[in-house]
Amino acid sequence: MANRCAVIGVGQTRHDSERTDLSMPGLVREAALRALEDAGLTWSDIDAVVMGKAPDMFEGVVNPGLFLAGALGATGLPFLRVHTAGSVGGSTGVVASQLIRAGVHRRVLAVAWEKQSESNAMWALSQRYPFQPPVSAGAGGYFAPLVRAYIRRSGAPEHVGWMVAVKDRLNGLKNPYAHLKIPDISLEKVRKSPMLWEPIRYLETCPSSDGACAIILGAEDTVDAAPNPAAWVHATAMRSEPLIFAGRDQVNPQAGQDCAAALYKKAGVTDPRRQIDAAELYVPFSWFEPMWLENLGLAERGEGWKLVDSGATALDGELPVNPSGGVMCSNPIGASGLLRFAEAALQVRGMAGEHQVDGAKLAMGHAYGGGSQFFAAWLVGSEKP
Amino acid sequence: MSDRNVAIVGYAGLPVVGAGADPALMVQAVVSRLFEESSLPRDRIGFVCSGSRDYDFGQPFSFISALDGVGAWPPVAESHVEMDGAWALYEAWVKLLTGDIDAALVYAFGCSSRGDLDAVETLQLDPYTLSPLGIRPAGLAALQARALIDAGRYTEADFARVAARGTDLTAEALLEADYVASPLRAHDRAPRTDGAVAVLLAAGDLAREVCERPAWIRGIDHRIEVHAPGFRDLTVAPSIAEAGRRARGNLPQPDLAEIQAPWSHQAFLIRDALALEDGTAINPSGRVLARDIPMAAGLSRIGEAAARLTRGDADTAMAHATMGPCLQQNLVAYLQAGES
Amino acid sequence: MADSGALTEPFELKYAYKRSLGPVLQQFFEALRRRRVLGARTASGRVLMPPSEYDPDTGEAVSELVPLPETGVVTSWSWVDAPAPGEGLERPFAWALVRLDGADTAMLHALDAGSAERVHTGMAVRIRWADAPVGGIRDIACFVPADDPIEAPAPLPDPAALEPLTRIVTPTHLSYTVQADPVRTECLLALAERRLLARRCHQCGEVYVPARATCPTCAVICEGEDIDLPDTGVVTTFCVINIPFQGQLLTPPYACAHILLDGASVPLFQIIGGCDAADLSKIRAGMRVKAVWAADDALTPTWESLRWFELTGEPDAPAADWERYV
Repeated sequence: MANRCAVIGVGQTRHDSERTDLSMPGLVREAALRALEDAGLTWSDIDAVVMGKAPDMFEGVVNPGLFLAGALGATGLPFLRVHTAGSVGGSTGVVASQLIRAGVHRRVLAVAWEKQSESNAMWALSQRYPFQPPVSAGAGGYFAPLVRAYIRRSGAPEHVGWMVAVKDRLNGLKNPYAHLKIPDISLEKVRKSPMLWEPIRYLETCPSSDGACAIILGAEDTVDAAPNPAAWVHATAMRSEPLIFAGRDQVNPQAGQDCAAALYKKAGVTDPRRQIDAAELYVPFSWFEPMWLENLGLAERGEGWKLVDSGATALDGELPVNPSGGVMCSNPIGASGLLRFAEAALQVRGMAGEHQVDGAKLAMGHAYGGGSQFFAAWLVGSEKP
Repeated sequence: MSDRNVAIVGYAGLPVVGAGADPALMVQAVVSRLFEESSLPRDRIGFVCSGSRDYDFGQPFSFISALDGVGAWPPVAESHVEMDGAWALYEAWVKLLTGDIDAALVYAFGCSSRGDLDAVETLQLDPYTLSPLGIRPAGLAALQARALIDAGRYTEADFARVAARGTDLTAEALLEADYVASPLRAHDRAPRTDGAVAVLLAAGDLAREVCERPAWIRGIDHRIEVHAPGFRDLTVAPSIAEAGRRARGNLPQPDLAEIQAPWSHQAFLIRDALALEDGTAINPSGRVLARDIPMAAGLSRIGEAAARLTRGDADTAMAHATMGPCLQQNLVAYLQAGES
Repeated sequence: MADSGALTEPFELKYAYKRSLGPVLQQFFEALRRRRVLGARTASGRVLMPPSEYDPDTGEAVSELVPLPETGVVTSWSWVDAPAPGEGLERPFAWALVRLDGADTAMLHALDAGSAERVHTGMAVRIRWADAPVGGIRDIACFVPADDPIEAPAPLPDPAALEPLTRIVTPTHLSYTVQADPVRTECLLALAERRLLARRCHQCGEVYVPARATCPTCAVICEGEDIDLPDTGVVTTFCVINIPFQGQLLTPPYACAHILLDGASVPLFQIIGGCDAADLSKIRAGMRVKAVWAADDALTPTWESLRWFELTGEPDAPAADWERYV
């Protein structure tokens, strides 16, 4: 019933702790212009713009889409601003794809971004709001107890977290846009880095970045004219659950499991571990890689860490995870989810350069947000679905 | 474009008077009322989408607690826009068109009692050249009102007549009041309140099953204009005209129109841009300047229009929602009651 | 207006954002700092003022900056008798859209005309410069009527002493008054009495602490009984916070834990206190804890009344009782 939809252009900024060389319009335009160039299009070819970013307190501009729409060529066009916390980059991609699938538009520009250097991410996330129980030290303090619970449940050895940290940073060295470049990254270096929120160490933690990601989605009849290969959207899914409720498992959230199950079902994927050639998963702290592998049905319960330990998720492994270096290398929060979706698309288009997974034909992009409660994911492929 | 027909099959709005608005409570109240009054079972809802603004509350992720009022268990397909709920309804309409789902729940909530929303709206302006000047919404709206007067299109008396509608005050009496920012007075602005609004959407057969007279969405479109007021012709609203043309197509003049005019002079801009004629009743739900729930005022206009069609008060309606300074961004829907 | 008997607390959202400018805005603000005005010329020849690195009508890049005079014409205006704090000027003034001579768009700024009667669309105005430029749009202090006597501004600082202007700082300050809803208020009042108030959902039977008005899974108003839970429970998971951050209540290192109170269906997120650094490494999930409350004269209807939880030293609780509650 719905139309086919393909990614015909991808662009992103060089992510960095402070892009002081750019204004906010400049940041989003750097990504959008690259996507337009990749797609062989100009601003006037776009029918609608979807913009995603996380809380506006990061930049201190309320509803910044209002002042930025013109910078994204959106004057006179439909313009949506999505905000689903950390998963927003993913939701932005999903919403944009729906516009094409519903036949409302033929070419949609989706842009997600964050310019965290305008303020301080820790400050924005650690405000003590009246009448709330005391909050912990930002995201790290929230997620560290969940990581500990995973380690306890699974019996995973501590070096698994270090392995992910090393793998992602080695991949990041091959990604010209990645923020963190740590050429001498090693297990030892990670092990010796300061413990921030035990059990999470400094080098097992994502950075705070300025960055933007843009993708152009096109209807089927726009693909032939596009100069570069398309990544066909095989399926998208989103699921949410409340933050606190009786019986909630924050380590292996039901919403994540359901999101993945719905995704695979829609795409006709019956053996995701074997059928998916590359996965870009939202891993802000190294241990989330084994946790999400289990949550997404790519590993059995309690076995996610074994997959990591075996080297299977390395760039040359059987299921490369975060070949781009992932959130562990670049984390402009609003953009991170869309970067996962975009990197998955680059893989199946054969355009991931040095971090290309050979022969990748089906790739997954995944994003999560809030207290591990919002999930968005997509599967993209080199063939039409 | 998909040929699926999507209709509004339920609407509930609950303004909250007095402080202490809590997102989860407001949303729980309006959503439970919605389902009480509808025969659509909760488990047929395939998608939930909401609109709200963190800065109403001063808290990032304020929409997360609102989800507690919805009962997102088992997990639901759910999304959120940092916009008026009218745009959340648009997102849900698109998802229904894909055929992925048959019914959607849309809600919006907002709060004017916690913070200074005028100061919040100053921060939505260009951070380099506009918001550091500290201009408040009244100042911006006044520039637009002045432009209309300068162009000889409307007068302060016209604005006062709009403000007086639905009250027992006369325009003449209102004109005695002091300006807040000339030529606008305090009564020229819609008062705001806390509250929440919810709407049910359904497609095709399901819509007919649960509603005797669904309000079908025949067309819906939204457009955004240039941001800086000095870069625009403030006497016209091209985004409203464009969205209205696309939403309405060749359909007839609507029986009624529910429009969101935060300021009295804007009622004229909107009416003119939508080319509404005298036969169209404007805002039968209440004064043009009815009490607005921030981020839900637009969705409530769509809901009010739909409710009147479903009740049989009229057969066709247009609804309008707006965001941004001086009607910068607008959404227009054309609704029609009937079989399909 | 707050409801009587309600707990209210102010909340200030205050931050001075540092905004990097990019090439076009940097040139614009550096020129403004030297009392020069630059507009931007688009590919089609339109001159935008204030300048922009893109043409908002088309999205096309704009990079050519052109000098503009200090004079212009009012295209719309509004008199403000009672400016809000930080709005425009500190005395009655007019907002004005001013199209500088040679520009195709109007810029917004304050017009210091003395009275509303002097202001009209089409009037000629010119810039009054700030005495001490800091980098930003307020290096233009305001506009004044063109036929006002010309006042020379204070001399400019030596240009050689100025740093490149890559960023401007925009202070923001929003004030909120938050009122606790009735159930939250009951919980907070209970804390002042060293009670941990929980409420059961009548539909699913689960016990939520702190008590809440709505059940998040049933989406109904909780109509089950209120329960004062014991202030004892089990650690279900935890972490040790090592890093300092603004607004922290304890000095690191300290532990934060999910604590399942005896009888609760959901854990609380609380600090484990009364430990020195050596003890922290001995904390495990399953250990039993007990609340440490504030002294009588320090009890308030806030979470501060519950200082932390401390380890009791009792035997660990069986895993089956608590490991699902993370």
